[in-house]
Amino acid sequence: MDKVRDLASKKAAVIFTKSSCCMCYSIKTLFYELGASPAIHELDHDPSGRDMEWALRGLGCDPSVPAVFIGGRFVGSAKDVISLHVDGSLKQMLIDAKAIWF
Amino acid sequence: MGSRTVNIGIGNDKKAVTAMPSYVPSVPTSNPSSTEANTIRSSRIPDLGTLEQSLGFRIEDAVDLTRNPLFNQIKSSTQAIADAQFGAINKTLASADNNLSAAIVGSQTLTLKKDTPPNLVSISAGRENWGDSNMADASPRTDISTDDTDEKNQRFERGQTNAIVASDSSDRSKDKTDQKTLRRLAQNREAARKSRLRKKAYVQQLESSRLKLTQLEQELQRARQQGIFISSSGDQSHSMSGNGALAFDVEYARWLEEHNRQINELRAAVNSHAGDTELRTIVDNVTAHFDDIFRLKGIAAKADVFHILSGMWKTPAERCFLWIGGFRSSELLKLLANQLEPLTEQQFMGFHNLQQSSQQAEDALSQGMEALQQSLAETLANGSPGPSGSSGNVANYMGQMAMAMGKLGTLEGFVRQADNLRQQTLQQMHRILTTRQSARALLAINDYFSRLRALSSLWLARPRE
Repeated sequence: MDKVRDLASKKAAVIFTKSSCCMCYSIKTLFYELGASPAIHELDHDPSGRDMEWALRGLGCDPSVPAVFIGGRFVGSAKDVISLHVDGSLKQMLIDAKAIWF
Repeated sequence: MGSRTVNIGIGNDKKAVTAMPSYVPSVPTSNPSSTEANTIRSSRIPDLGTLEQSLGFRIEDAVDLTRNPLFNQIKSSTQAIADAQFGAINKTLASADNNLSAAIVGSQTLTLKKDTPPNLVSISAGRENWGDSNMADASPRTDISTDDTDEKNQRFERGQTNAIVASDSSDRSKDKTDQKTLRRLAQNREAARKSRLRKKAYVQQLESSRLKLTQLEQELQRARQQGIFISSSGDQSHSMSGNGALAFDVEYARWLEEHNRQINELRAAVNSHAGDTELRTIVDNVTAHFDDIFRLKGIAAKADVFHILSGMWKTPAERCFLWIGGFRSSELLKLLANQLEPLTEQQFMGFHNLQQSSQQAEDALSQGMEALQQSLAETLANGSPGPSGSSGNVANYMGQMAMAMGKLGTLEGFVRQADNLRQQTLQQMHRILTTRQSARALLAINDYFSRLRALSSLWLARPRE
């Protein structure tokens, strides 16, 4: 958990993924489309990946990946990201966290 | 011997005997009775033997031949006729019963070579003076001339018939059982034949029913494609995936029916210039009803994701625009863009942003699907044989399959997110628009899809060369 928090606070936009997860790929693409460059942490290539996954599940992220943090705050999984994006909230969050400028 | 006919006559007279050339018989005499009988008997034998030689067939066979026509007749005819004939023959044979003595005498030598029935022997044993007295008995059968030759012929004829009677009547009890058996056999044959005919008719009925069934199934399939709802409650015995797909098709059809009803209600309200509150209620109903189908799709995607992805639950023209198991939100907004005027600036901006967001989300999900496809292809394409033996390859293969299975499992997630996008877009649209604009938007959306469905029907019903 600590590692998760630690990593999440390091950058404005942080996404925890797995290299084999294609939904993670979709969310990454969305962020790139918005002009953000989020920090990507692949749990399957991290030594403490298991613990981190367990921590993310504890936050209520189901499935555990992709897990999105904006401005150090947990935003949610793919479903939450899409919903927020449709109503315009996601973009605003990114602007507020200075992940994007417009 | 010139006057001899086919019906050979046994010379019972000593006169006839003397006229015959001598012949040494080898027939054993089973009843050493009086010498008279013996002499007579022995004198008869050469007669028969000569007759046999001259005619070229055995007397026994003659008896057989006369017997056979009777049985042949019985075999070839139906039971009723057989009964009648057999009965008639029996009667004719039985009528000669009183000539048993003569018959027995006449047939004694005839039957000796066959299995001699005991009663014949015993009777013949008792008959010592069978001569003229028996002839006298036999004669009433015919009123032909007293010519010796003729009488001999007649007597032999009689003797022959009586011989048949004798051998038959002595087996009369056997005949009766034979008769019963034959009747039973004939009855069985008839029953078997009828049963075969019934079976044939039944099989033909089954065949025609089967053809009809396949025809109906084809019609049903065609009708379903045209978007007509047909209840298929009889298909519950299918496999799990079949059950999920069919159940969803049924539910979707039901949903569409209700949706159309609600839209008609909305249309009526809009046309009648109903108040905002009333409109709002109806609009909220329609929106909530949309949530229903997304929920149902989610359940169906869990059961059978490929059915949803295939779009077979939609009409052909709708399927043309299919995107991850449903409509494209951006397309929907594009078609509405011009129909919702007048829009305020804020509304316009909001609408424009919504169009952009939905487009971006669609792109992201599309790219994710493409990545999934590529990854799946790579996983399965890795067929290079490993350096190790066959066991290594098997492990490879199983590992491959396990990975591929995992990837297929993520398809459901994509369908879910695509539906989520559609749902969110509709909700956001209602947030941007006023009640009246929402109502008009819903009607416009419904018009568009109705036209697509109508186009599908026309297409399916088009004349083909």
